[in-house]
Amino acid sequence: MSSFTPTTPRPAPANTVGFVGWARDNLFATKFDTALTVLAVTIILYVMKAVFGWAIIDASFSGTERTACLKEVQGACWPFIEAKFGQFIYGRYPDAERWRVDLVFAAGLIGLVPMLMPSVGHKRANMIFLLGFYPVFAFIMLTGGVLGLAAVDTTDWGGLLVTLVVAVTGIVASLPLGILLALGRRSDLPIVRALCIGFIEIFRGVPLITVLFMASVMLPLFLPDGVNFDKLVRCLIGVALFSSAYMAEVVRGGLQAMPKGQYEAAAALGLSYWKTTRLIILPQALKLVIPGIVNTFIGLFKDTTLVLIVGLFDLLGIVQLHFTDASWATPETHITGYVFAGAVFWLFCFAMSRYSIFMENHLSTDRNA
Amino acid sequence: MQIKRKAFIGVVSLVLGLTPMVASVSAQAAGSTLDVVTQRGHLQCGVSQGLPGFSNPDDKGNWTGIDVDFCKAVAAAIFGDAKKVKFTPLSAKERFTAIQSGEVDIIARNTTWSMHRDTALGVDFRAVNYYDGQGFMVRADLGVTSTAELDGATLCTNQGTTTELNAADYFRANNMQYEIVAFEKADEAVAAYNSGRCDAYTTDHSALYAQRLKLTDPQGHIVLPEIISKEPLGPAVRQGDNNWGDIVAWVHYATVAAEELGVTSKNIAAMGNSSNPSVKRLLGKDGTFGRNLGIPADWAMQAIKQVGNYGEIFERNVGINTPLGIERGYNALWTDGGLQYAPPIR
Repeated sequence: MSSFTPTTPRPAPANTVGFVGWARDNLFATKFDTALTVLAVTIILYVMKAVFGWAIIDASFSGTERTACLKEVQGACWPFIEAKFGQFIYGRYPDAERWRVDLVFAAGLIGLVPMLMPSVGHKRANMIFLLGFYPVFAFIMLTGGVLGLAAVDTTDWGGLLVTLVVAVTGIVASLPLGILLALGRRSDLPIVRALCIGFIEIFRGVPLITVLFMASVMLPLFLPDGVNFDKLVRCLIGVALFSSAYMAEVVRGGLQAMPKGQYEAAAALGLSYWKTTRLIILPQALKLVIPGIVNTFIGLFKDTTLVLIVGLFDLLGIVQLHFTDASWATPETHITGYVFAGAVFWLFCFAMSRYSIFMENHLSTDRNA
Repeated sequence: MQIKRKAFIGVVSLVLGLTPMVASVSAQAAGSTLDVVTQRGHLQCGVSQGLPGFSNPDDKGNWTGIDVDFCKAVAAAIFGDAKKVKFTPLSAKERFTAIQSGEVDIIARNTTWSMHRDTALGVDFRAVNYYDGQGFMVRADLGVTSTAELDGATLCTNQGTTTELNAADYFRANNMQYEIVAFEKADEAVAAYNSGRCDAYTTDHSALYAQRLKLTDPQGHIVLPEIISKEPLGPAVRQGDNNWGDIVAWVHYATVAAEELGVTSKNIAAMGNSSNPSVKRLLGKDGTFGRNLGIPADWAMQAIKQVGNYGEIFERNVGINTPLGIERGYNALWTDGGLQYAPPIR
């Protein structure tokens, strides 16, 4: 008996596999689809051509003053960004001392990157470095005045440095404060609850711009002559309090979502309030509200631009400030500046957003996910 | 100036409520402003958050401009060192509080001297270092050389500001036809003017020159010489310290007097030997003017040597050879038909 020998399977028709197959299925399946595809591609090409033409083909790339950006058809004025780049990053921080800012940025990265990677161990030591040692280190390095470092006034800080100082302080302070406020608001103790509700509602009820304005304009009038709080410190406190009120409500959302059974199970095991909160409730509640927390962080990061109204120059503020330099004034200068500032903000916010998605997936215990 | 006025209504209402408290705080002030400044070792000067030619940063982040140079001159007069000054950028909203609370010793922040501000806000204006006012910019090929020829023109300007009102008043008073196209922001108004939507763009004179640089072809546009509103910009100090106000006023007058007398930062060494009694008094070789103010006898000499006379300051920051290219106009010396005039130093 001859055995059955199957013929080798023939390859699928060429027009159903690979790119062609994918395109037939997804882009040209019906006449309507084809029309939509053609329309979309046309729009994309049109926009790309305009963007590409502005940012590259018609753009200027070298020069030391405004005449470099006064061509007949002028695109982006990149020399402006190049000439002002140091200003945009460090503000008026003295040239000779800028290495200190670099060092603080570098130390922050060294502490933050392993902290963000779940696969790297030593989280406790890392935490102590980041929350205990690093703030002190950054404070000493940036303000100086000790250890032979020249003192640098906060009025000389600016650009990305101020944006990051305000945003990072706000982010780091708002999470723990927000958690405490959220727990307080759900507490059974009437005074604690009343205080927390009052705080949250007051700070959520006024715009950040008002908080900053009060801190900057009203506060000095109440202080005795000669007593002057640092403007940056006033802003940092304002931003931290403001964002913690928002954070509290995000966290409360997570607490609200915890089924009653979790509390009862914890109580049945004989856990105290703090142990229940720390071991059972918060880990689950915070995981639930990661998108909300990151949303607040991103909002806060962008809100830092409001410090401009009290005379501090964050990244956007200093970019705008340099529009007033007459030696760079051209029709394209401010467009280029805004595009640059927008790109930097987008980079930071996009990174935060991607990391939050990664964390959600990593922490997900849902087996269907 | 328009933004300032709007902002300032807010500040006024805020300040009015606080005036009694401000007064009590000022009364507690220990010693005179001059003592405080001398003790601190530097002058704290409030400037704008960036206005071309008045106070704006260069590529290195150093403040430059007419207002900045004025503060440097005051520092030179007090300390003999123009570098002993620190600048605080102030928004329009916070500038008057900053001077009242003692956060800054002086504001040189392109602030219009008006009676209300001088009398009701606890500040004293002591000099005018730039005579500004609303003007018009038109295309050079329009052939217009005076605002009187703008009959029937379409004007671009910013919305809801006194600029709009001033223009309306001016055209009505002169029986001329006009049409106003108002925009939310200055940048939009300039863009509209640039694209040919309007025949003329109107705002404060100094700002016209700055905005002109943002046009595609700055050379193709001219700023008409006439001014239709009064915006005298000058330094202000906290009310109630007359000696300090005198110092600020006379530093300005010294720079103007120096230009009248032909004393510049370049020839000041030679001028030191001049036998002209006016020059001798200005440079502190004669008289007790420095002592009367409580500052060194060579106060004016240091200010002129390190910063320059009024003409030098003007030309360096906004003058005809800078990108702004502003002509002296009303800011010329009185002897040249302008308004800059210094009372005699004697």
